[in-house]
Amino acid sequence: MKRTSRIRFFRTLRLTLFFVWALCFAVVFVTPTLLTFTNSFMSETELTSSYGAVLGNVAGGSSYMSQDVSLKLIPDMVSFKQYFTFLLQSPDYLLKFWNSVILTLPIVLGQMILASLASYGFYKCRGKVKNVVFFSYIILMLMPYQVTLVPNFIVSEMLGIINTRWAIILPGLFTPLSVFILTKSMRRIPQAAIDAAKLDGAGDFKIFSKICLPMCKNALYSVAILTFIDNWNMVEQVLVLMDNTETQPLSVFLSQINTGEVGVAFAVATVYMIPPILLFLHGEESLVEGITYQGSVKG
Amino acid sequence: MRKRNIKQVKEKTASWLYIFPSLIGVLTFYVIPFGFVIYYSLIDNVINKNFVGIENFKNLFTNSAFLIASKNTLSFSVITVTLAVVLSLFLAILLDSKIPGKSKFRTCFLSPMMVPTASIILIWQVIFSFNGSFNTFIEIFGLEPVDWMKSEYSQIVVALLFLWKNLGYNMILFMAALSNVPKDQLEAAEVDGAGAVRRFFKIKLRYISPSLFFVLLLSLINSFKIFREVYLLTGQWPYETLYFLQHFMNNTFKNLDYPKLSAAAVIMSVVIVVIIGVIFILEDKFGKDVEE
Repeated sequence: MKRTSRIRFFRTLRLTLFFVWALCFAVVFVTPTLLTFTNSFMSETELTSSYGAVLGNVAGGSSYMSQDVSLKLIPDMVSFKQYFTFLLQSPDYLLKFWNSVILTLPIVLGQMILASLASYGFYKCRGKVKNVVFFSYIILMLMPYQVTLVPNFIVSEMLGIINTRWAIILPGLFTPLSVFILTKSMRRIPQAAIDAAKLDGAGDFKIFSKICLPMCKNALYSVAILTFIDNWNMVEQVLVLMDNTETQPLSVFLSQINTGEVGVAFAVATVYMIPPILLFLHGEESLVEGITYQGSVKG
Repeated sequence: MRKRNIKQVKEKTASWLYIFPSLIGVLTFYVIPFGFVIYYSLIDNVINKNFVGIENFKNLFTNSAFLIASKNTLSFSVITVTLAVVLSLFLAILLDSKIPGKSKFRTCFLSPMMVPTASIILIWQVIFSFNGSFNTFIEIFGLEPVDWMKSEYSQIVVALLFLWKNLGYNMILFMAALSNVPKDQLEAAEVDGAGAVRRFFKIKLRYISPSLFFVLLLSLINSFKIFREVYLLTGQWPYETLYFLQHFMNNTFKNLDYPKLSAAAVIMSVVIVVIIGVIFILEDKFGKDVEE
């Protein structure tokens, strides 16, 4: 009797401790995003007086800026002026936003088509050659940009597409992570479902489109989200393959406005993170499932 | 018998048709040009095309920029990989317990992954610049302010950003592994009087070891990729301890020095393949007893 009550006490204590830890981490994880969001509603004067000493440095900080920087969660006065400037007065930001869209969307759509086809091929029958190819996909998946950008660069140069959008979109279509995740998820489809369809006389493509794709819905969604965020966030490819200010996406351009126009930077940063965050809040379950498939590289 | 063989061959060919579009792209943009990379790494320049053997590799190992970049990348990897594995496992353990609001916590921990790095840079600058909030905070305790981004601590500042973004992903991998630990074994151990800590080390750790290796591999590879965060925080020319391999590559791209670039790419790919090999072998050795 005494022992069980002691155990219960320790269990409660442990849970409380765990909860407090989780709470601390949650605060740390959410704060930067939240701060960016709330600070986007500050007026330029408030921003300069709060952060001028930090962010105005490069632009030649003037004397009226306060030297003490204090992070503020809540603006003194909510102002939509930054959004107004960003959305209506400076077409440059909107253009860069659009650049991000037309680099990211084709890659996401193309990847989903190419990767789902390929993973059905990998799933359908396994042979020695295919295992080797699949393993090469895994190796390629793990290669960092330092390695992959060099071949990308050489091909783009040969095809004459360097410094155009194609230099980023074309190699981007074939990054192997989505093939990997989708193949893993197809391998979980019960063989009975496939056999039944075969008995009904369904052809290959029908099995692929009517059984495999619907059954991998979550993995497909997850692949779309992962590819989207990866490309929405692109920096390395742009610097090497498309060194061209006009077609630059916002992910690279943002770092340049940060120092120049503090006011509008928070608003642009906020607008920029809204699409991926909405996607995340909507597809979190699928995303988690997809990541789980990546779990074990082998088998 | 023959009919069946023909059918099998047909099936095989059909399956290759599905792989084909993707494979062509992978070959065109990655594999075949990598052949050129290997070739370029062995010649003196793209005009003369004289075979020089390992000359380019030798030059790299005496190139101070390459050495600094390698050293920095290595030390950054050691810091971040350790922290990434330990902290994400810790987060997964927290969410594997019976605390309330687990799904909310998961959303919080995973959300940074979906925030573009460029959007968050401003906050990092406000916190860690010389006049920043972190210095204001430590001055309360009478500590000297430090210019974090331009000091030997700069790697830690970048590591924090890196961890902030990557812990959630690893945590999901660990959570999946923890949920696969057989419940009956845990219950049996509890009946036998094994405490939570013992149960973790004796049972859970054994079952999650395959994931442990994978997270280790993934974090290691991700830490090699560190550049984006540094570039966005500090631009093309960061403080010396933040000069990483991608910086070296970018600058070499600017000069279009193909042999140097190719030799560096070859070295790095070899290192990565060796790391993958070692981790797979380790996994085979230590992960076996659970797979049965």
